[in-house]
Amino acid sequence: MTFSEMLNIGLMQGFAGLSLFSVLLLMGLGLAIIFGQMGVINMAHGEFMTIGAYTIYFVSHLAESYAPKLVAAYFPVAIVAAFGFAFAAGWAVEWLFIRHLYRRPLDTLLATWGLSLGMQQIFRSAFGAKEVSPTLPDWLMGSWAPSAGLDIPINGLFVMALTLVVTGGVLLALYRSRWGLRVRATVANRVMANATGINTRQTDRLTFAIGCGIAGVAGAAFTTIGSTGPTSGSLYIVDAFLVVTFGGAASLLGTVVSAFGIAQTQSIAEFFITGSMAKVLTLSLIVLILMIRPQGLFAAKVRR
Amino acid sequence: MTRITMNRIKPWLDRSGMGSVLLLALLLAVVFPLAFDLFRLNLVGKYLSYAFVALGLVMLWGYGGVLSLGQGVFFGLGGYGMAMFLKLEASDPVTTKIQSTPGIPDFMDWNQVTALPLWWEPFRHFPFALVAILVVPTLLAFVIGFAMFKRRVGGVYFAIITQAVALILTVLIIGQQGYTGGVNGMTDLKTLLGWDTRTNGAKYILYFLTVALLIGAIVLCSSIQKSKLGTLLLAMRDKEDRVRFSGYDVAMFRVFAFCLAALLSSIGGALFTLQVGFMSPSLVGIVPSIEMVIFAAVGGRMSLVGAVYGALLVNFGKTYFSESFPDLWLFLMAAMFLGVVLAFPDGLAGLYANKLKPWWMRRRSRRSEATDQATAASPGRPGGPAGTPAGGRSEATWGLS
Amino acid sequence: MGAVMSNTDFVLAVEDLTVSFDGFKAIDALTLYVDKNELRVIIGPNGAGKTTLLDLICGKTRASAGSIKFKNAEMSRLPEYQIVRSGIGRKFQTPSIYENLSVFQNLEVSFPRGRGVFGALAFKRDDEVRDAVQSVAAEIGLADQLQLEAGLLSHGQKQWLEIGMLLMQDPELLMLDEPIAGMSVRERELTAELLKRICKGRSMIVIEHDMEFVKQIAHKVTVMHQGKILAEGSMEQVQADPRVIDVYLGH
Repeated sequence: MTFSEMLNIGLMQGFAGLSLFSVLLLMGLGLAIIFGQMGVINMAHGEFMTIGAYTIYFVSHLAESYAPKLVAAYFPVAIVAAFGFAFAAGWAVEWLFIRHLYRRPLDTLLATWGLSLGMQQIFRSAFGAKEVSPTLPDWLMGSWAPSAGLDIPINGLFVMALTLVVTGGVLLALYRSRWGLRVRATVANRVMANATGINTRQTDRLTFAIGCGIAGVAGAAFTTIGSTGPTSGSLYIVDAFLVVTFGGAASLLGTVVSAFGIAQTQSIAEFFITGSMAKVLTLSLIVLILMIRPQGLFAAKVRR
Repeated sequence: MTRITMNRIKPWLDRSGMGSVLLLALLLAVVFPLAFDLFRLNLVGKYLSYAFVALGLVMLWGYGGVLSLGQGVFFGLGGYGMAMFLKLEASDPVTTKIQSTPGIPDFMDWNQVTALPLWWEPFRHFPFALVAILVVPTLLAFVIGFAMFKRRVGGVYFAIITQAVALILTVLIIGQQGYTGGVNGMTDLKTLLGWDTRTNGAKYILYFLTVALLIGAIVLCSSIQKSKLGTLLLAMRDKEDRVRFSGYDVAMFRVFAFCLAALLSSIGGALFTLQVGFMSPSLVGIVPSIEMVIFAAVGGRMSLVGAVYGALLVNFGKTYFSESFPDLWLFLMAAMFLGVVLAFPDGLAGLYANKLKPWWMRRRSRRSEATDQATAASPGRPGGPAGTPAGGRSEATWGLS
Repeated sequence: MGAVMSNTDFVLAVEDLTVSFDGFKAIDALTLYVDKNELRVIIGPNGAGKTTLLDLICGKTRASAGSIKFKNAEMSRLPEYQIVRSGIGRKFQTPSIYENLSVFQNLEVSFPRGRGVFGALAFKRDDEVRDAVQSVAAEIGLADQLQLEAGLLSHGQKQWLEIGMLLMQDPELLMLDEPIAGMSVRERELTAELLKRICKGRSMIVIEHDMEFVKQIAHKVTVMHQGKILAEGSMEQVQADPRVIDVYLGH
C-alpha cells in the first residue's frame, strides 16, 4: 500500500469518526445542558433523538406523497420540525414528571428509564417494529472527492456542518441570550437566582425542552447514517452519558473534546481490530480514566 | 397451652422481624410446591434466582444509598462460571464426536476454534468453578468499588459507570463468540457432576436448594442490617460527613455493601444456570440490570422480604402480559418505574407497613376493646391493646426485615 | 528534615497555615497554639476564616501550606477518619445528627469501638457501651430521651446530642462551631455549664458570637480577621484592644 493510499484510508477512517463524533456531540450537548442545569440524567434522551429521526421519516413520507417536487427541499424543514417535536415532547415530559424529582437524581434515573420504555412502545405502536428510513434528498447522496482516492461522503459533511451550526447556536444562546443568562445564574446559585426574581422552574422547563430539541436534531443527523427503529435511541445513550461524564459534566468544552476523543478512538481502533473489540477498548479506557479522575477532563473548580 | 406458647412466640416474632421471613419460607417451601405444577415451579425458581440480585440491591441501594445499574455483570459472571463448567461436562469427546474437534464445546467448533483455550481448562473442575463463582465477581466489585468510593464517586456518576461496565461485558461476550458462545450464549447444559439436571426430580431438588439458599441469604443480610454495620450504612446514606467525622472510613463500608451485592447476584446467576439450563448475554447487559433494580424497588428497597415478593410479582406479570398483551407490557413497566419513583417509594413493603398493618391493628384494637367491655375490665388494668408502632419511626424502613 | 519540629507541650500547634481558594487566601500564614485543658474561644467578623480553620484542622479542607500538629503528630495530610481517630472531634454549625435513629443509637454509633467494617459487623451492645451511653446522655441532659427518634428533638437538644456524640469518642481536642446558635437563654446557660464541665481533661476550641457566653466560658480568646490572628489574650484584654474594637467590637 502506498503512503498516499494509507493517508487516504486514515483520513476516511478519521472522517467516519467525525460522523460518529457529530451524533455523540449533539446527544452529549443536550444531556450536558440538562445535567449541568438541573442535575438530571435523562435516560430517555435517546428516545428524544428517535423522535427527531421519526419526524424526518414522517416529513420525507409526506413530501414524497404530496409534493414530490419539493423532495429536495424537505430536509431542512424536517430538521426544524424534528427540533420542534422533540422540544414539545421535552416540555411536556418536564412538566408531567421531571419537575417532581429535582432533588432526587437517582430516582430521576429510574423514572426517565421507565419513560424511555414507554416511549419505545409508543414508537412501536405508531410506526411498527421494523426499521424505517427516510428518502434522503439527492444532494445528500454520493461523495466529494477533493483528491484522487479520497472519497468523503456528503451526508457526513452535512452532518458535521449541522453539528457546528447547532453547537455554535447553543453557545451563542448560552452566552448572549437572556435565557442563557438565566441558565448560568441558576447553575451558579439557584437560591440566589430565585431570590432575584428568575423563575427557575420556567428556566428548567425551557432548558430541558431545548436539550431534548437538540437531541431531536441529533436524530436528524442519525437518519443519514443509519435506519430508525423503536430502540434506536438505546444505541447511543450510554455513549452519550460517558461523553458528558468524561468531559466533565458542567463543561461544554469538555463535552466537545470528549465526544471527539471517544469517536476518534473508536474509529481508529476499528481499523486495527474488530468493531466489538474496538468498542470494548474505548469503553474500558473511558472507565479506567474515570476511575482515576472521576470529575472528568474539564472539571468545574470546586472548593475541596 | 398453645395460647401460652403463642403469647411467648409472637412478641419475639414481631420484634425480630422474623415473622415475615417465616411466612415467606412457608410460602416458598410448602405452598408453592403444592399449588404449582413442575413447570410453574421451575419458573418460580428462575424468578427466585433474580431475587438474589434484588436482595443485594436492598443492601447496596436501600441501605447504602448506592445505585448500581450493572448488577447483571455479577449475575452473568456467576452464571457463566457455572455454565462453563456444565458445558465442558456436556462436551466430552464421546458426545461431541461428530464435531471437527471433539471434546470442545459446540460453539467453539462452529467458530473454527480448534483447541480449548487455556483459561477454559480450570473449569473442568467443579471446586474451581465454585470458587470462580464466589470470588471473581466479589473481587471485581472490590476493585471497582475501591477505585470509585475512595475517590468519593457516588450517585449518578457511579450508576453511569456501572452501566458502562455492563455494556463492556455484554459487547465482549457477544463479540468473542468463539470463546463465549456469543449472542446465543451457552446452551444444552445437561449434567452436574454426572447428575442429570433436566429430570423432574432434579428440578425439584434445585428448586428447594434455591429456596434454602435464598432464605439463608435473607437471614444473613438481616443480621447484617441489625448490626452496627447496618446502622452505619443507613447513617452514611443520609449524613456521610458526620459518619466520616466520627472516625469511620466511609469508602470501605460502601465497598463492603457493593461486594456483598455482587456475591449475592453471582450466586443467583449460578442457580439460574442450573435451573434453566443456559446462560446468555441477554441477562448481563443494561436492560436486565435495570429490570433487577425494579424488582427491589417494587418490593420496597429497604425490605429484604419485599424484594423477593417484588421479583416474583414483576416476573409473573412479565410472563403473563408479554404473552397475552405484549404491547401493554412495556407500558406497564414504564408505569411501574414511574409509579415506584413518584408515588410508592417504599414499594409493597411500604404499602404493607403504612396502610395494611395499621388498618389491621385498628381492627384488632377495636375488637379487643369490645371484648374488654364485655368482660367488664377491672380498674388499673394497663392501657391499650397491642397497638401502635413504637418510637414514631417510619415502619416502612424497619418493619419488615 | 525540612520542617521546624516544635517539640512542645501544646496539644495543638498550628504553624504558618495557609489555604487559598482560586487565589483568595482564606487563611494566611496563621499560627496558633492550644494548651492542654484549655478552652479557647475564637471570635471574629464573618468571613474571617474561623470555620475554615476548623475545616483545616479536622481535615475537611486541604491546606496549601503550613503544618498542623496534634500531640506532636502531623495531621495536615491525613484523611478525615484518621484525624478523628487520633482524638480530634468536630461539631458542625448546623446540628449534624442521624435524624432517623434514636438518641441511643446516635450515641452508640459514635462509640469508638468497631470502626472497621468487620469490627462493625461484630460489634455487640454490651454493658461497656450501655454504661458509656447512659453516662454521656446524663451529661448532656438527654437521659430520659434515649429511645426518642433524634429528629423529634428540639433544636437545642439536637446541639447537645451532637456534643454528646463527640463526647462518646472521648476526644482530647473538641472543636465546636457556634454551639449555641438558635438556643434560648436558659439553654445557653445550660450549655455554658456543660462546656465548662466537659473541658476538664480535654482541650476545646469554640467559635462563637455571643459575647456574654464567651465571657462565661473562655480561658483565652483569639480574634481572627481576614484569615489572620488579630489579637489574643483574656476576654478583658481582647475587649480593650483598640485594633479589635476598630474591626469588630466597636459598633
